[in-house]
Amino acid sequence: MNAHLQPTGSAYFISRETAPAESHTLSVLVDNEPGVLARVIGLFSGRGYNIESLTVSETEHLAHLSRITILTSGPPHVLEQIKAQLERIVPVHRVVDLTVRARELGQERPLERELALVKVSGAGENRVEALRLADAFRAKVIDANVEHFVFEITGKVSKIDQFVAIMKPLGLIEVCRTGIAAMNRGPQGM
Amino acid sequence: MSRNRLEALKSIRRTENSMTGTDNQMTGAEIVLKALKDNGVEHIFGYPGGAVLPIYDEIFQQDDIQHILVRHEQGAGHAAEGYARSTGKVGVMLVTSGPGATNAVTPLQDALMDSVPIVCLTGQVPTSLIGSDAFQECDTVGITRPCTKHNWLVKDVNDLARIIHEAFRIAQSGRPGPVVVDIPKDVQFATGTYTAPETHKVQKSYQPKVQGDLNAIKAAIELMATARRPVIYTGGGVINSGPEASKLLRELVELTDFPITSTLMGLGAYPASGKNWLKMLGMHGSYEANMAMHDCDVMVCIGARFDDRITGRLNAFSPNSKKIHVDIDASSINKNVHVDVPIVGDVASVLEDMVRLWRALPKKQEKTQIAEWWQSITKWRARNSFAYATNNDVIMPQYAIQRLFELTRGRDTYITTEVGQHQMWAAQFFEFEEPNRWMTSGGLGTMGYGLPAALGVQIAHPESLVIDIAGDASIQMCIQEMSCAVQYNAPIKIFILNNQYMGMVRQWQQLLHGNRLSNSYTEAMPDFVKLAEAYGAVGLRCEKPADLDGAIMEMIDVKKPVIFDCRVANLANCFPMIPSGKAHNEMLLPDEATDEAVANAIDAKGRQLV
Repeated sequence: MNAHLQPTGSAYFISRETAPAESHTLSVLVDNEPGVLARVIGLFSGRGYNIESLTVSETEHLAHLSRITILTSGPPHVLEQIKAQLERIVPVHRVVDLTVRARELGQERPLERELALVKVSGAGENRVEALRLADAFRAKVIDANVEHFVFEITGKVSKIDQFVAIMKPLGLIEVCRTGIAAMNRGPQGM
Repeated sequence: MSRNRLEALKSIRRTENSMTGTDNQMTGAEIVLKALKDNGVEHIFGYPGGAVLPIYDEIFQQDDIQHILVRHEQGAGHAAEGYARSTGKVGVMLVTSGPGATNAVTPLQDALMDSVPIVCLTGQVPTSLIGSDAFQECDTVGITRPCTKHNWLVKDVNDLARIIHEAFRIAQSGRPGPVVVDIPKDVQFATGTYTAPETHKVQKSYQPKVQGDLNAIKAAIELMATARRPVIYTGGGVINSGPEASKLLRELVELTDFPITSTLMGLGAYPASGKNWLKMLGMHGSYEANMAMHDCDVMVCIGARFDDRITGRLNAFSPNSKKIHVDIDASSINKNVHVDVPIVGDVASVLEDMVRLWRALPKKQEKTQIAEWWQSITKWRARNSFAYATNNDVIMPQYAIQRLFELTRGRDTYITTEVGQHQMWAAQFFEFEEPNRWMTSGGLGTMGYGLPAALGVQIAHPESLVIDIAGDASIQMCIQEMSCAVQYNAPIKIFILNNQYMGMVRQWQQLLHGNRLSNSYTEAMPDFVKLAEAYGAVGLRCEKPADLDGAIMEMIDVKKPVIFDCRVANLANCFPMIPSGKAHNEMLLPDEATDEAVANAIDAKGRQLV
C-alpha cells in the first residue's frame, strides 16, 4: 500500500492506492431539508468518491426524514472515510453500511432492488420474442400499441442489466432506471 | 447617534409593539440584531451593501453591538477569525449579497480548515428574485456549501431566530467551524416572531459527542504506561477545546514526564518554557520533535489531524509506533494514518479522564523506563536545529523574530502571521506560554490573513499588544485594512520581514526548480513607511541589526497602528526542512544546508512529487 506515485506536479506526497476496491451500499437517513442532497453529492464529488447509484425519497413524511441509498465503491479504508464524512453533515441522522451489516449477518449482500422502465419497438418475430422474454423476466407491460411495448421490471441490478442487454437487438428504444433501494434482511431496522 | 435620539426611537418602537400587543413580533432585521445580542455578540465585522441595508439600519439604531467597518469582506472574515481564536468566542461577520458573499469565501474556507467558529450573515436578493440573475445575486448557499460546516437560506422570517441560534450552536459545538446564514432582503423587512435561544428547536441530527469512550481511554492509558519511547503530539484541537484543556494537558505531561511536540496550530497549549517541550514538529519543525515522532513506540495524538505538512511521506511516518488519537471529529481518525486506539471526544473531557486514570494506575511507571529515551532527545536537542548564521551587517529574519520575542516578553502579547517563511520563523522563534495567543492560517495557508486577524484580536483585546508578523508579499494582500485599524484606533503592529521576495516560493524554486526564480521577486515594492503614513498610521524602517532593538521598542511604545519595515537578508532559507519525498529522520538541517546539499536535497523523484 501507499507505493509512491510518479510525476504529479503538485506540492504533495502522493501515494498510489493499491488496496482492491469493493462495492458497498450505504443507507443514509437525513432531514428532508433544502440542499441536503447537494451536500451529500457535493461530498462525493469534492472528495473524489464514486457514486454508482443514488436513490432518494422522503420515507417518513411526518418526521420529514428522507432515506438516501448510495451504491459506492472503494478500498475498505476509503469506505470507512466516506461513512465518517457523511456523518459529519449536519442534517444526517445515521449512516449504515448495509454491505458490512449483511456480512455481519452472514450474508453476501443486503437486499437490493431496482425498478426500470424499458421501451422496445419492433414488429413481427422480434415483437413476439420481446414479449416472451419479458414474461420470462416477469416484466409487466404497462403501455403498448402495435409498434411498441413499455415494460416495467424490478429486481436485482444484474437482472435488469441482463434484461436490457437482451432487449437491445429486439428494438430497444430507451431505458429509465430508478437506482437501487436497499435494506438488510432480518427483523432489525437500520 | 445621540443617546437621546436613540432612546426616543426605542420608545417609539416599544409603543408600536405594545399597540400590537406582541412584544416578540419584529422585523427580520430586528430579529437579526436581537438574536446576535442574545447569543452574546458584542462585535461584528462587516461591510454594507444593498441586500443588507435593513440590518445596517438596525445596527444604526442600537448601541449594544459594535460594528467594525472593514475595507474588504475578506478582511471581515479574517478579523472575525482573529477575534474568535483569541477569545474562544464565536466571530461574527456581516456582508452583502453577490460579491460580498463571494469575497467571504476565502476566510470561510480558512475557518473551516482551522476549525474556527464563525457566523457569517449574508444578505440575499429578495426571495421573489432568487434565480433570476438579479443585481448582486449569487447562489450563496451553493457557493459556500463546501466551505462551511453548515449553511441556511432563510425563506420565512419566522424561521430566522431559530436558524441564527442554531447557527451559533453548530459553529461552536463539536469541531468548531464557519456557518453561513443567507437572508433575503424581503425577509429582513418582513415581520415575524422572535424566539429566545433557550427555547429554540435544535436539529436532532447534530449532537456532537463530547465524552470519549472510557474503555478506549483505559486502553490508551495502559498503552502509555508501557511506553519506553513515548511522545505527545498535540494540535489546534487542544486550544479549541478551551483553556481547561491546556491546563489538563500540562498536568498530563507533568504526570507522565512524556516529551511533547505540537503542530503549528497548537502552539501555546503547552508552554514553550516547559521542560518537556520539543518545539514544533513537521516540515519546518525541530529535529528533536521529528526524530521523536519517527522513533517513538507510543504516539499520543491529541486534537491534531496528521496533516501532510506534519507526516511527510506517509509510508515512512513513525513506522514502529502504536498510535492513540483523540479527536472530536470521527472523520479525522484513520483518515491519513492508521491509529491503534481511536478516541472520539472533546479534548478537555478526554484529558480529564486520562489524567484521572493515569493517577489511578495500580503500578506506576518507573522513571527509568523512559530515561534512555530522554537521553536520545537530549542528543537531538543538541543539534540545535533552528540555528542560523548570525550577521552584523544584515538583519537575519530569525534574529528579528528573536528580538521581537525578547522585547515583548512578559507583556500581554498576541501574535498573528501571514503565510510563508516569516510564518515558519515566527513559529520557530517566538515562544508561546499560553493558548489563544497565536493566530495563523495553518490549513488553508491564506496570505493576507495576518493583518485583519490582528485587527480582530485588537478589537477583542484593546489594551493588549497585537503584532502581525508579516512578509512583504503577504502584507500586500489585505493591506487595505490599515484604514480600518486607523478608524478604530486599533494600535496593531505590522512587523514586516521584508526580503523583497515571496521567500517561501523562492526557497522552493531554489530547491526544486533549478533556482529559476519565476515571478517570486517583487520588483516594485511600495515604500511601507510612506504607505503607513498615507493611512494615518506610523511607519518605521530598520536596516541594521544594531538599530533593531531601539526600533522595536519604538514600535511597541507608539499608541497607534504601525507598519514596521524590517529589511532582512534577502536570500535566507527556512530550515530545518523535511524535503519532499523524505521521512522525518531525513531532515535537511541548517548546518548541513550548504549550496550543494540544498541542490541535491531532493532527488529527481522527489522533485516531481513537490
